Amino acid sequence: MAEIKLACNIASQVEEICDRHHNKPGELINILHEAQSLQGYLPEAMQRIIARKLDIPVSKVYGVVTFYTFFTMTPKGKYPISVCMGTACYVRGGEKLLEELKRRLGIEVGQTTPDGKFSLDCLRCVGACGLAPVVMIGEKVYGRLQAADIKGILENLISAE
Amino acid sequence: MKNLTVSALEELRIKARQELDLRERSDLVVLQSCCSLSQGIEKMQLLVCGGTGCKASMSPLIARRLQEKIEKEGIDRQVDVVTTGCFGFCEKGPIVKVIPDNTFYVHVSPEDAEEIVDRHVLGGERVERLLYVDPKSGKAVSDSKHMDFYRKQMRIALRNCGFIDPERIEEYIARDGYKPLADALVAGKPEEVIDKIKRSGLRGRGGGGFPTGLKWELTARQKAEQKYVVCNADEGDPGAFMDRSIMEGDPHSIVEAMALCGFAIGASKGLVYIRAEYPLAIHRLQVAIAQAEEYGLLGENILGTDFSFDIEIRYGAGAFVCGEETALIHSMEGKRGEPTLKPPYPSEAGYKGMPTNVNNVETFANVPAILTEGPEWFASIGTEKSKGTKVFALAGKINNVGLIEVPMGTTLREVIFDIGGGIKNGKKFKAVQTGGPSGGCLTEKHLDIPIDFDNLLAAGSMMGSGGMIVMDEDDCMVSVARFYLDFTVEESCGKCTPCRIGNKRLLEILNRITEGRGTMDDLKMLETLGKVIKDTALCGLGQTSPNPVLSTLENFREEYEAHVKKKVCPAKQCKALLTYAINPMKCMGCGLCAKNCPAEAIVGITRKPHVIMPEKCIRCGMCISRCKFNAIVIC
Repeated sequence: MAEIKLACNIASQVEEICDRHHNKPGELINILHEAQSLQGYLPEAMQRIIARKLDIPVSKVYGVVTFYTFFTMTPKGKYPISVCMGTACYVRGGEKLLEELKRRLGIEVGQTTPDGKFSLDCLRCVGACGLAPVVMIGEKVYGRLQAADIKGILENLISAE
Repeated sequence: MKNLTVSALEELRIKARQELDLRERSDLVVLQSCCSLSQGIEKMQLLVCGGTGCKASMSPLIARRLQEKIEKEGIDRQVDVVTTGCFGFCEKGPIVKVIPDNTFYVHVSPEDAEEIVDRHVLGGERVERLLYVDPKSGKAVSDSKHMDFYRKQMRIALRNCGFIDPERIEEYIARDGYKPLADALVAGKPEEVIDKIKRSGLRGRGGGGFPTGLKWELTARQKAEQKYVVCNADEGDPGAFMDRSIMEGDPHSIVEAMALCGFAIGASKGLVYIRAEYPLAIHRLQVAIAQAEEYGLLGENILGTDFSFDIEIRYGAGAFVCGEETALIHSMEGKRGEPTLKPPYPSEAGYKGMPTNVNNVETFANVPAILTEGPEWFASIGTEKSKGTKVFALAGKINNVGLIEVPMGTTLREVIFDIGGGIKNGKKFKAVQTGGPSGGCLTEKHLDIPIDFDNLLAAGSMMGSGGMIVMDEDDCMVSVARFYLDFTVEESCGKCTPCRIGNKRLLEILNRITEGRGTMDDLKMLETLGKVIKDTALCGLGQTSPNPVLSTLENFREEYEAHVKKKVCPAKQCKALLTYAINPMKCMGCGLCAKNCPAEAIVGITRKPHVIMPEKCIRCGMCISRCKFNAIVIC
């Protein structure tokens, strides 16, 4: 894990979260959810603080973080893109959207573009199967897409800045 | 805090019923005519779908525009805008329903809000262009009761979805909500509740189909200081959204059922394990719990009796295996969600080592209805061994994508062709996948099987939680099997070898086949290895993970053989086996394909037929979607 120094205020916020859950190891997953919402990811330094507060080995925290797909150790882009890979979206061409996004952004699933603008992930069903195939960018759902629509969507996001 | 007594709850119900009366009455009688304020109608309601699907298509903005318009017209006393749970007909969303005439508007956009109020609510004339058009007759249908999509459905678990405002406990109470709980607490006999659930024949809706009453009885028999009721809301099956819709549309039914279960088994603590990816369902559940606490329907001494029960929400973090009950319990304890061998069953030693009863959302949603209408009523619906109804998330290449509920025993043909409206774009039906990554693909010959737990299992698939994905002639069954295996490999927790390594090997073989490098020995290996994994894996995930491969291998063997022997993909999906070419007879030389080709693989002179260079082509299909003359062929 790459060493990333945490800002002081973030470190104290993580400690506060642990305290609020009475530093109970059984609350680890709830603590991680809250900690991740601070910066959008869980860097090593943050995991160390949590391990110390809960008095459990950092390997255990790391084990939980890497087990669940919801937790991530890479910072997300300004526009986090998630392609739905539920079955309904898959049979309606979700994979083609993913290929096109990978190609245009030049990154793989789980990565962030070097300028920090876009990150690419897959998710399993947002439940908008009537709109399949679906891509989520931030909170916004883009439905009934074709690979040819991707270019315009990305350009609109950049030009809106 | 308004700690209600039983009689105060009844008073509240009478009052709440008056408020809901308009909707109840108009649900019974379908009016052919259109109602409006100009005809002297005193009260109207506009129901707007607030499910995740419709929200994604801006239904909150529609609700706001409607509200603004009725305020502008000064008719906000006569007309209410109500946000409800999912109507189920997601294909046609966003949906707005007008009460009392039951007009069902589809594909509504925020721009239509003014017109609905002007023309319909004030003018007494339906907005024809927003009505559903029956694809068979070509005629507009104004109310849901006359749509094929709804005609064969029977709503028990979804009884309140799309009818009540899920964020108002009064509307749930008006629909006999919390009456079963009050009755059970007053009677004070937990064993009677269990007996009723047993007699109803209710089986677990999460996939396994274990008799719910028996499960409750086993947990009730245990002696312990603390017992737990757990609601499994970790709906991880890709393409399934039954549980989410219930929690979004009728969260109080889950709260009440959990309290009833707690009373029946002697537990005072309930936990809901829910996916963090379901923000709206979490929100609605939080609101419901807070309201129930405020009314004294959760907490200490419920309805003045000595029964106490509270509910806490636990968040999942995206792991499919956590749908398995032992894994779910470990995850709730803050650990990696790895399953353990059963026995001991959770009913003996579950959360924190205490007796724990785990039921799925849909199972719970049935409980208050069973106690209200009686176990005999429930047992009269369905087939011999599978009682009641089942909710399915119907999706894929089907005309009417949506959430449906049908009596057990309905055939797949009725679901796909009557309710689902058949296959999209007039294509040919090929397969239907039930049971998600644990299930299998069924074909034409299975279409007349009455759906129930045992029949689907005998046909080589399973009920699962209720995902139903329809596939057409353009879907490659080898790719579909690979898609599911890819999912299982990613979601395998890694604890037992058959699942961790066996599935990886299966996936490698499937990859080889789809890339045209498979051999006939590979097909034999898929079968042998698949059976070994089924027999030896530790938990339900591993034991069922080869099902998509085994069922497609059995039902679509010729497709596998075409990939292996002839190196062709009959459905034209497997990229490595395809070549794109331009038919010079059809190409007009417009250059649109070349302009859009991301790999610059298309060359040609304007107004002359173009050519695709195979070495540069990445087979993305962009040219096909752009060509207006159908000149591009895949071979």
